[in-house]
Amino acid sequence: MRLKTVKPFTTSIQSLCVSLTMLTLIVVGLSGCATLQEYFQGVGAVGEVAQAVEEATQVKGKSEELDVNSGIKRIPGTNHPDLNGIWQAINTANYNVERHLAAPALLTVEGPRGPVPHFKVVAMGAVGSVPGGLGVIKDGQMIPYKPEAAEQREENRANWADRDPEVKCYLPGVPRANYMPFPFQIVQGEDSFFIAYEYAGAVRDVFFDDPGEAPIDSWMGQSVGKWEGDTLVVTVTAQVDTTWFDRSGNHHSAAMVVTERWTPKGPNHIHYEATIDDPETFTEPWTIEMPLYRRMEENLILMDFKCVQFVEELLYGQWRRESVQPEE
Amino acid sequence: MKTLLLAGMASLLAIPLMADEIPRTATGKPDFSGTYDVKTITPLERARQSGDSAVIKPEDAENYSNRVKAGNKANDNRVLDPNRAAPPEGGDGSPGAAGNVGGYNRFWIDNGEEFTKVDGEYPTSIVYDPPNGRRPGWTQKAIERFGELRNYWRKNTGRAWWLDEDLPGPSDHPEFLTLSDRCLLGFSSTGGPPMLPALYNNIKRVVQSENTLMILIEMVHDARIIRIGGEHAPDDVRKWLGDSIGWWEGDTLVVDTTNFNDTPALGMATRDLRVVERFTMTDDDNMLYDFTVSDPNVWKDKWSGKYNWPKTESQLYEYACHEGNYSIQGMLKGAREAEKAWYAEQTAQTESGE
Repeated sequence: MRLKTVKPFTTSIQSLCVSLTMLTLIVVGLSGCATLQEYFQGVGAVGEVAQAVEEATQVKGKSEELDVNSGIKRIPGTNHPDLNGIWQAINTANYNVERHLAAPALLTVEGPRGPVPHFKVVAMGAVGSVPGGLGVIKDGQMIPYKPEAAEQREENRANWADRDPEVKCYLPGVPRANYMPFPFQIVQGEDSFFIAYEYAGAVRDVFFDDPGEAPIDSWMGQSVGKWEGDTLVVTVTAQVDTTWFDRSGNHHSAAMVVTERWTPKGPNHIHYEATIDDPETFTEPWTIEMPLYRRMEENLILMDFKCVQFVEELLYGQWRRESVQPEE
Repeated sequence: MKTLLLAGMASLLAIPLMADEIPRTATGKPDFSGTYDVKTITPLERARQSGDSAVIKPEDAENYSNRVKAGNKANDNRVLDPNRAAPPEGGDGSPGAAGNVGGYNRFWIDNGEEFTKVDGEYPTSIVYDPPNGRRPGWTQKAIERFGELRNYWRKNTGRAWWLDEDLPGPSDHPEFLTLSDRCLLGFSSTGGPPMLPALYNNIKRVVQSENTLMILIEMVHDARIIRIGGEHAPDDVRKWLGDSIGWWEGDTLVVDTTNFNDTPALGMATRDLRVVERFTMTDDDNMLYDFTVSDPNVWKDKWSGKYNWPKTESQLYEYACHEGNYSIQGMLKGAREAEKAWYAEQTAQTESGE
């Protein structure tokens, strides 16, 4: 995080990196600075400068260890990037992972000139409407549903309020947890990686020793991680089939395997990818990608969002001794 | 080997070499990370039969523990007849969590078979201050408050007794049910703070970074995130498990928790609860958990407890409580049915009286 001790080096190496990238993009087809750093690592001058600066910073204190090329901190005692902190996605994927136009509501009925909000959500007005988005599926693709699974999606949409697990404050599953409109906190040690999500207090503990097949399916699944260079690759299995990808009815089966790739692209953003492999639902694997941003506010903490109590009226209100709602 | 490696790293980093046998991070801090199972048969408060004894003799502890193990084993091996009849109407008289209609069988219960061992001894209670092993008395304010509440805790006979007495009933609204029934927090202050042993699901997963200690509470997947070196959130930021900050005192991590909401996990506590916890690794596989509780609305004085947290090879499994919570509906609907029966009875009585 704190770059001041190495700033002169960082700046020069970054600009070198940028200009070389432009050149190499054409020649080698490398697509980013991090890849370029990997290319240069241990092959010459940049690597030696990096080492010298790293040694210099070590005198200042081991916990401030920095990768001079990228400004990425390392976990002391390891060469893993330090992803500790509070992060959040900023996009419309939780509305719909596919490319979509703005819409009047998540639940609509046909009006004379197109859809209008369903009476269940009409009181929400513009607050209940849907912002448009270009989608988060790689290369601008749409989800490769099998025909019957595509029908299921349409049926889910038509019954959104009754079926979206988010409406009932159910645990969101992976990958949805990562792009909900809530921050999440990564707590990472030498051989541990834990994610606490603000939404519904969902959690994931990434195992680095594969415990083998999960004993039973769960809402957040079983996560097994390994480092490939600076990328944390997490395989998520054994998720229940009840979770969705978004508020648009996009769904999967219990056979789904999600392979996530968490790659820091600097001190304050992570390139996140998740490949969805579920032959029961899709004709082929498909991949979403998005940046995750570090929340920069000082003294930021995760707030409580135990939405269980917020949905008691929805789920149980009809069995109160007396209604708490005003008479119509 | 580990010590050698640590010694090498410590000298490289110019950190004074520690001669002890506790795990440490690369920067020389005690390393709490791991998975712990905190179940124990040591009670929170000293039992009457322990008299004035602060500790149990090792042979007594072993004998009692062996009896518990033998009893559990016999229960575990008991074969239940799948064709057995339903419990009798009105209940079978059994006590316990689900009481009267037959509770959990032994399989579901996992509350330990060993007494906790602290400083080489087996204390008779987790509470060590006051020295009698029991929490201080309630304040007058608390006595009045709980007297009122107690009126709603009646034996469930299936009758809508609250209509007899024209009172609010215990299941009028979901908000009247317990926090654990509602899947908002685990019971027995399992998440605390203070984090106490419970009937089951006693696993704690600890992950540590340079400035954070995260404790995942199995029941109900609550992640306590302690900011080491941080400052408390503003006073009006209130949280279910409070707001926790920590600092090092030698090899002990001291954690101060305030900013609770109106209903902390610790039974009877209020938003003025303050808990100071002290985490100390005693060897590779054991951590001493020490805590001091104060809440001027409830207890006349502060009180402290401690017990050992042993590491476990077990892994923590997702406790998705709300997602499978069919009981709230059952409790509310049951109460509404009882009310219908009560009104029907009234009507029948009125008619027969006429």
